[in-house]
Amino acid sequence: MRRYIPNTDADREAMLKEIGASSVEALFADIPSDELLGRPLGLPASLSEPDLVALMKQLAAQNASADDLTYLLGAGCYSHYIPSVIDHVLTRSEFYTAYTPYQPELSQGTLQVMFEFQTMICQLTGMDVTNASMYDCSTAVAEAAMMAGRILRKRSKILICRTAHPEYRAVTKGYLARIGMDYEEVGFDTDGRIDRAELAGKLDDSVAGVIVQSPNFFGVIEEIAIVADAAHEAGALLIDAISEPLSLGILKPPGEQGADIVVGQAQSLGIPMSFGGPHLGFFACRQKFMRQMPGRLSGRTVDHDGRPGFVMTLATREQHIRRARATSNICTNHQLCALAAAVYMTLMGKEGMRELASLNLLKADYAKKQLAQRGMQPLFTGPTFNEFPVGLPRPAASVNEALLEKKIVGGLPLNRFYPEFDEKAMLVCFTEFSSAEAIDTFCEEVTR
Amino acid sequence: MANIRKEMEGLVLEEKLIFDRSRPGKKAYSLPKSDVPETPLNEMLPEGLLRDTIQDFPEVSEVDAVRHFTRLSTWNYGVDSGFYPLGSCTMKYNPKVNENMSRLPGFAQTHPYQGDDLSQGVLRLMFELSEYLGEIGGMHSVTLAPAAGAHGELTGMSIIRAHHERAGNPRSKVIVPDSAHGTNPATTATAGYAPIEIKSNERGCTDPRAVEALMDEQVAGIMLTNPNTLGLFEENIVEIARIVHSKGGLVYCDGANLNAVMGVARFGDLGVDVMHFNLHKTFATPHGGGGPGAGPVGVVEKLAPFLPIPTVEKNDNGYYLNYDRPLSIGQIIGFAGNFGVMIKAYCWIRSLGPDGIAAATKNAVLNANYILARLKGHYHLPFDRVCKHECVFSDAYQLKHGVTTMDIAKRLMDYGMHPPTNYFPLIVKDAIMIEPTESEDKASIDNYIDAMIAIANEAQADPDLVKSAPHKTKLSRLDEVQAARKPVLRWKKED
Repeated sequence: MRRYIPNTDADREAMLKEIGASSVEALFADIPSDELLGRPLGLPASLSEPDLVALMKQLAAQNASADDLTYLLGAGCYSHYIPSVIDHVLTRSEFYTAYTPYQPELSQGTLQVMFEFQTMICQLTGMDVTNASMYDCSTAVAEAAMMAGRILRKRSKILICRTAHPEYRAVTKGYLARIGMDYEEVGFDTDGRIDRAELAGKLDDSVAGVIVQSPNFFGVIEEIAIVADAAHEAGALLIDAISEPLSLGILKPPGEQGADIVVGQAQSLGIPMSFGGPHLGFFACRQKFMRQMPGRLSGRTVDHDGRPGFVMTLATREQHIRRARATSNICTNHQLCALAAAVYMTLMGKEGMRELASLNLLKADYAKKQLAQRGMQPLFTGPTFNEFPVGLPRPAASVNEALLEKKIVGGLPLNRFYPEFDEKAMLVCFTEFSSAEAIDTFCEEVTR
Repeated sequence: MANIRKEMEGLVLEEKLIFDRSRPGKKAYSLPKSDVPETPLNEMLPEGLLRDTIQDFPEVSEVDAVRHFTRLSTWNYGVDSGFYPLGSCTMKYNPKVNENMSRLPGFAQTHPYQGDDLSQGVLRLMFELSEYLGEIGGMHSVTLAPAAGAHGELTGMSIIRAHHERAGNPRSKVIVPDSAHGTNPATTATAGYAPIEIKSNERGCTDPRAVEALMDEQVAGIMLTNPNTLGLFEENIVEIARIVHSKGGLVYCDGANLNAVMGVARFGDLGVDVMHFNLHKTFATPHGGGGPGAGPVGVVEKLAPFLPIPTVEKNDNGYYLNYDRPLSIGQIIGFAGNFGVMIKAYCWIRSLGPDGIAAATKNAVLNANYILARLKGHYHLPFDRVCKHECVFSDAYQLKHGVTTMDIAKRLMDYGMHPPTNYFPLIVKDAIMIEPTESEDKASIDNYIDAMIAIANEAQADPDLVKSAPHKTKLSRLDEVQAARKPVLRWKKED
């Protein structure tokens, strides 16, 4: 422990003398003695660094990992290649050991990264403005729903499609209930997209926002423009959620299809799965809604001598200024993950995003064809990106057990979240890591 | 005047936006060749769903990318660069081994839905970490799910709401001291409550009589920070908790300042019902320039059923994620929270052990009191009593020469040091809030104090020098008014 606490005994003695205190304990005299713990904490004894490393390696070895297994498991968390450059940038400790850039003259690195990240997310989504980051997509969806309620004050209901990630829905439902907004779900059609007739029936002047996800939880690409038109006709906002942003390498961006707010999970952009976190939420909207956004924003300005630079701006929306009337209580967000995503987007660039997205689509398309040859069809007719649900001849769980023997972690049994499907429905995902061999093995195993 | 070691001179790199390095045809990526038959894009997806290329996305080489971000990093200042006494932020050293451990593939490359059987190491770590935090805070049960301090606050207040709802009345108000972080009133509103502000007394603390006057059956509880944002221990916390409990209310404690009492006192022993921990403050996980952090929440036994799902539990078969909890407030984030951050906090607790944790607290408090003792003749000290992990001054002496808290902060940069927190807490006019943490030794602190004293002298002798600072940073003072008046939040090609 000494290695992290540099004062020496002589230091402590000299400091106590200057303070005029007899002992360090005397500095805690303001805590009534019966309120002191009076015993050591019941925690394991201190470990040396080598002992710690040995323990951690032992714990790490008890988990399956994409380091040596092929994951056909997606469902909002994706196994993609992370270029080596990213971690080299992240471990620049000027980045990772800095605080929120409250002092812009000592934080131009972080602030410029924020500005570049904001720009690239705008380019990717086709939106006007983006904030510096959110925790993840689920909380970003919830914040987007609350923002719709602030913009359309007289409306208190949010409609969300059941094809949105079940956890995004669960989180959003909780957030809305606490502030007294109504939450209602809209079912899906045989194509795996939002049920438009049901949506039309539920849209009225109490609805502030309609939330769709595309590609949705079933991997199906929604027709955002049609849903947006329906929402707008009823005077509501259209919120699009994206859990697989790599899809935007080839798919028409929501900003070109009438979305008012676009939120997403950017884990696919250079961030490890890490058992589900920390990932990265992003939040984009139309210019006219900028002042209702939650979270931090980096903006360009000039210094006293007219040189260009960046500061955090529009802070009057935020909790440290506006307190109870802030647009959100968010403070610490996921800046370092946004740095990872900024580096990832920079490395992939215009061509790389397209090529990698095409490669993912190609793998999934190949899997679809191989399954079809064996008489298995996707559960929905709608077009998909890199994942889709398929009906297997036997229970998904037993298929997964067999796949594990072949060093493959199989897909998600769909009835975990959708009880209307039987135990044979599996959501499978294919990325650049899914070799033709692994896909073939998967197809053979499910029919075995 | 002491011989202050100035910690910055010289090298300043120039670097434009990444988009300025972009040239058509440059590449920084490397993808495997497809091993499946080629199919044209428009045979796989309808044309109408496809986009054109991503307009103006960067096109650079790998060398360009590495140079760009490396050069930007040099404009930042981190804990590894030097002393970073940002009050209320606990900018302690982030051990390097913890970074390495969080990157072990057996942790970093695990999927949240891969199942309990395939995640026993992950789940054991989470289970043990929540037990350790429970012991440190004196709490019965802990959820690790919240992603940040403010998210922990929302989780905690949602638990309080669920408790009252179950008792038949969610109640409508929450008492929040005027010294609180902005997240407290903002969270209160997000949890569906109206905050009622309570003034601090002349000792800088929350007055039990004032709480008693406000407390009734419509008040869900109180959100305290202890030590409070003045760095002072809330000396009447036990009495306050008794008053709040007597009307059926609950006590929430913001753990932002846990570094002052960890291993010495426990909130659970002081009548606190719900608290959050900031792993990115107290438990040495890095701030990352603004996250990711983690804000686990601890609760007393009667509130445990309300914790968010999933919880990590243990039975004869091993560790498992439990989603079957009927009274739970539900899920508050996707998956199971910021596991990558939990790893680092776990490593820190295991490295320090019980003695090390108490030693961290004691050195943090000693360091803060030493700063208080040495600076109090030079800077106005609104509350002159023993402090905990941080001390709060103001610019009252310097203001006579026209020098403000902001000027002092900017001038510190010329000495190569990070400023303290400014203008917070709000109850001290023009506050200067200094939190040294246990990561500094006397020599480092002395150097900082000498710089602060030098600036106090400069404020008298040459106030313009201070008012026009910083002089040595890459950029001089930034124009925040212009940034807000005409917001430019993204680059566009025509710019």
